[in-house]
Amino acid sequence: MIVVNTEMVPGYTIREVKGLVQGNTIRAKHMGRDIAASFKNLIGGELKGYTELLTEARRQALERMIAQAEQLEANAVVNVRFTTSAVTQGAAELYAYGTAVVVE
Amino acid sequence: MLQLFLQLFPILILIALGFGIGSLREWRHLQSLSRRERQYSDMIVRNVKQVPNPESVEQAGLVSGEAVIATDYFKSFAAGLRNIVGGEVKTYETLMARARREAIARMMEHARQIGASEVWNVRLETSNIRSGSGRRNPGVSVEAFAFGTAVVRKQS
Repeated sequence: MIVVNTEMVPGYTIREVKGLVQGNTIRAKHMGRDIAASFKNLIGGELKGYTELLTEARRQALERMIAQAEQLEANAVVNVRFTTSAVTQGAAELYAYGTAVVVE
Repeated sequence: MLQLFLQLFPILILIALGFGIGSLREWRHLQSLSRRERQYSDMIVRNVKQVPNPESVEQAGLVSGEAVIATDYFKSFAAGLRNIVGGEVKTYETLMARARREAIARMMEHARQIGASEVWNVRLETSNIRSGSGRRNPGVSVEAFAFGTAVVRKQS
């Protein structure tokens, strides 16, 4: 599966457009990380726990998007976009979407 | 008077701690950023949609990088003061810049890992994360997320 955020896959031509595919995940942060974060807010620096959490969550959203594309028998997803939205105070939704296509 | 001083004392300590350790950590981060940016200076990173010479592309794929950076107490305090008089909040500017540069550096690392020498259509997103709540913890953290299409060229 080729996944790109350009409108075309460079070096390939699009034969068929299968449609919009999407994947989302909603994650809540846990208490321990929150406490570590409030300590970090005193001295500054990177919140590694949050970075890992977001990396992992975005990867999962992408995987769900790719699974949908596979169901449509596409072999590539083009023009991939990401959005983030806060659902409640402690939870965030990570969302990935793109257009499933057949390329050769 | 003494009572007021005793009440302010913990806050002053936190500001001093935030300024001291925060500045040191920021300086170290900037050092590591410029070192890594030099290391990846030969990589082509563009926010242009069209990939030139598509016929020589061997492989293309999504690469991304993200970083969550927290403020220190001094930065939050200085920004709080700025809210009274208005104007440019310099302490947060460096924070945002660090988060973005870190995200881009990680994206470039990711591209290098898959053997790519170019990243096209780079997009940046930021969001802020409020960790903790209430007056005791005014700190915010910013998240920067960079993604783009990495391109591996055919060996000619």
